[in-house]
Amino acid sequence: MLIFSFFKTLTDQVITVELKNDLSITGTLKSVDQFLNIRLDNISVEDPERHPHMMAVKNTFIRGSVVRYVRMSAKSVDTTLLEDATRREAKEGKK
Amino acid sequence: MDALIPFTTSGSLVDLVDKKVMVILRDGRKMIGVFRSYDQFANFLLDSCVERLHYKLEYADKDIGVLLVRGENVVALGEIDLIAEDMVPLVEVGLKEIEEKINAETKRRERDQIVREKVLSTMGFVNEGREGDAY
Repeated sequence: MLIFSFFKTLTDQVITVELKNDLSITGTLKSVDQFLNIRLDNISVEDPERHPHMMAVKNTFIRGSVVRYVRMSAKSVDTTLLEDATRREAKEGKK
Repeated sequence: MDALIPFTTSGSLVDLVDKKVMVILRDGRKMIGVFRSYDQFANFLLDSCVERLHYKLEYADKDIGVLLVRGENVVALGEIDLIAEDMVPLVEVGLKEIEEKINAETKRRERDQIVREKVLSTMGFVNEGREGDAY
């Protein structure tokens, strides 16, 4: 649940999603759901010549289960806040 | 997790319904069709569907018809920008032609892979992690 909330704070930021098939898609995070399915707008891929099918695609839905990594700029993460939230969630889990 | 969380497959895909989309499947195939329906598992129903085969900057379409994709096989769904589609530097060629090229390329890759594995195994590497094992 925490990571879901974290992803929600990243909405409208530019992120790069690396899929398990090694395709990396960069775009603006439009929305995310409880399965961590991701919707990206204004997408671009690293090497369009290698992925010609992506040339005409401008926004995409990525199934959460095929995501390997999500990369974002360090500026968009408040680590202290995230740490606190993690502790709080861990505490609540114990109760 | 709260079971009462409303279903929101990423802000729901409702705005993509009746649009031309491309679905990438886990086996690497690309299906293009009109997006008609979906559910919380990302099962998709595509109408007037074709399988698009690519070889470098050439492509060909294979007719499928109506296609229901089980969610677990979905990698991504992309809306095709109809303006961008016209400007893309891809050329359509015959289905037979592209199938021959793809088959030749696959054979070449398999041959290279066998050689590579032989060389690597003499150096003590184990053959594992072939293409398609990523998921």
